[in-house]
Amino acid sequence: MASVTLRDIRKTYPGGFDAIKGIGFDIPDGQFCVLVGPSGCGKSTLLRMVAGLETVTSGEVDIGGRVVNHVEPADRDIAMVFQNYALYPHMTVYNNMAYGLRNRGMPKDEIDSRVREAAKTLELATMLDRKPRQLSGGQRQRVAMGRAIVRQPKVFLFDEPLSNLDAKLRVAMRVEIRKLQRRLKTTSIYVTHDQLEAMTLADILVVMNGGVVEQIGSPLDIYGKPRTTFVASFIGAPPMNLIRLRDDALSAIAAGTGAGILGVRPEDLVLADAAPEGGIALDLTVETIERVGAETYLYGSRTGREATVSSTPGELPEGEMIVRIPGLEAPTIGTQIRAVAPRDKLHLFSADGRTRIES
Amino acid sequence: MEKSAIFGNKALPYALLVPQLVITLVFFYWPASQAVWQSFLREDAFGLNSEFVGLENYQALFAQPEYYKSMLTTLVFSSLVAALSLSIALLFATQADKNIKAAPVFKVMMIWPYAVAPAVAGVLWLFMFHPTLGTLARPMRVMGMNWNPLLNGNHAMALIVMAAVWKQIAYNFLFFLAGLQSIPRSVLEAGAIDGAGPLRRFWTITFPLLSPTTFFLLVVNVVYVFFDTFGIIDAVTGGGPAGSTTTMVYKVYADGRLGGDLGGSAAQSVVLMVIVIALTAIQFRYVERKVQY
Repeated sequence: MASVTLRDIRKTYPGGFDAIKGIGFDIPDGQFCVLVGPSGCGKSTLLRMVAGLETVTSGEVDIGGRVVNHVEPADRDIAMVFQNYALYPHMTVYNNMAYGLRNRGMPKDEIDSRVREAAKTLELATMLDRKPRQLSGGQRQRVAMGRAIVRQPKVFLFDEPLSNLDAKLRVAMRVEIRKLQRRLKTTSIYVTHDQLEAMTLADILVVMNGGVVEQIGSPLDIYGKPRTTFVASFIGAPPMNLIRLRDDALSAIAAGTGAGILGVRPEDLVLADAAPEGGIALDLTVETIERVGAETYLYGSRTGREATVSSTPGELPEGEMIVRIPGLEAPTIGTQIRAVAPRDKLHLFSADGRTRIES
Repeated sequence: MEKSAIFGNKALPYALLVPQLVITLVFFYWPASQAVWQSFLREDAFGLNSEFVGLENYQALFAQPEYYKSMLTTLVFSSLVAALSLSIALLFATQADKNIKAAPVFKVMMIWPYAVAPAVAGVLWLFMFHPTLGTLARPMRVMGMNWNPLLNGNHAMALIVMAAVWKQIAYNFLFFLAGLQSIPRSVLEAGAIDGAGPLRRFWTITFPLLSPTTFFLLVVNVVYVFFDTFGIIDAVTGGGPAGSTTTMVYKVYADGRLGGDLGGSAAQSVVLMVIVIALTAIQFRYVERKVQY
């Protein structure tokens, strides 16, 4: 058990590329921290620096009160689960799990009891004699987990561990990982590009982009009060509608705040005839309808305008907006609808999208 | 994995096989059967007549102490060459795998010896180590080493082993490097996190995962030392001094070509063929089982 502290971490590759441009935050003991961001944002690099697989250009990695910048991966008391599982293909499941313990000279019977206990937890007890190639993707994933937990390390590191699994298994494993971490209370750092995984797993969510932290906080805080338009559209699916304020009825909402962009989540828009007191009303032409079962997404463009703001992740085409409505009843394509949202569901951002404006 | 192609025309698959079959028949089965037939014949001194003598050639062969000596020589020579060329190549490959930036240059430099004909390679080494002409033999003598591969059998053996190893390292190196590069980096990283130092990682992860490559190279190397080293031996020592570097394949040549005993020589090549087939079969039967795929 240990806390992890990162202090102004930077990483510059020999070619001069700045992968990490100064990141610092704390993960208290036993917390589950998720690093989320688009590909190339530096989240895996950051994790690998904590693991000791990448050198730290400057700054300090602190695990349990000890600066480990120059400590070998083996001596950091961490365990890592890799994206491709990185199981030893020539060893049985048992030996895959026992390898790290043997390397540390643990007595045979203790290795045996630890491996068998982990195998029981992970439902691998009947597969201990198999080689990784005889296992399914989900089973391999569990062996990789087992290899991490038998070590009883201070910190678990997960590098997109579920991205090679099919969608159903991914959801099941996500729940398993959360349960396991709650039970073991081991500090964990988990890297993913899947915002749903991030939202459901994290105690602490770190949203990264281009080598910097965009926002850090609890998942619900980030969802409720995204600090930049990047976070607003990255966290939440479908992404938040972002509208550039022009000189029209909408901009009255932001009068005097200096805001340049108005954000509203698809789930906060409802179909109604008139806007609530202080809220907004958007007139849309329905262009596409997506029915996912419990709810339906309407894709439409604002009548007579092209008005959304494009932002990198989950980008919507210019002028397109999404409205979520419950159930399967939807207006037909081409009809005019009016979607409204109350004042407290609106998000305001500066014109460059880099700051949130509270009003 | 079984892959089968469906041919509409029944004759086409056979037609496609014909070139390969013809080559194998003309260049392997025909000479091999000729050798087998010849091993039952005895020719007169002028090669004008030959008579069928049954197994007499074989009886004479196994009565020769020199033949057993050549077997021993072959054993020493082949185990030294195979062991050295495999282990040195593996060492080079692991180093090249570390610093991958210079690897293309390294690879080209390493492959050159393979392009040199065995006899030329042999002559190169002889020039370096010839007791009177050798550029390296002189300093060795100055340092007080009594170096003379023309008179000392062990020195001669050392010289042909060096030449044969030098030539074979290139080939082994390329395969080992390719094998090393196909090992996922994350598996080695997992090993590092699991507390295995570089040496332990090598022996418990890298080496077992390389075993398909190592096995393949072992088979190829054994065939190489049995047959392809003939040119080196002929150029460097001519089987001497006093037969100390006469391997089985060299003795086939020496007895048949130089000694004129075509029947005895044919019998030897049949024995050699049987040994190599047996060795390869043993390797596939037993060593392959230990290979981790």
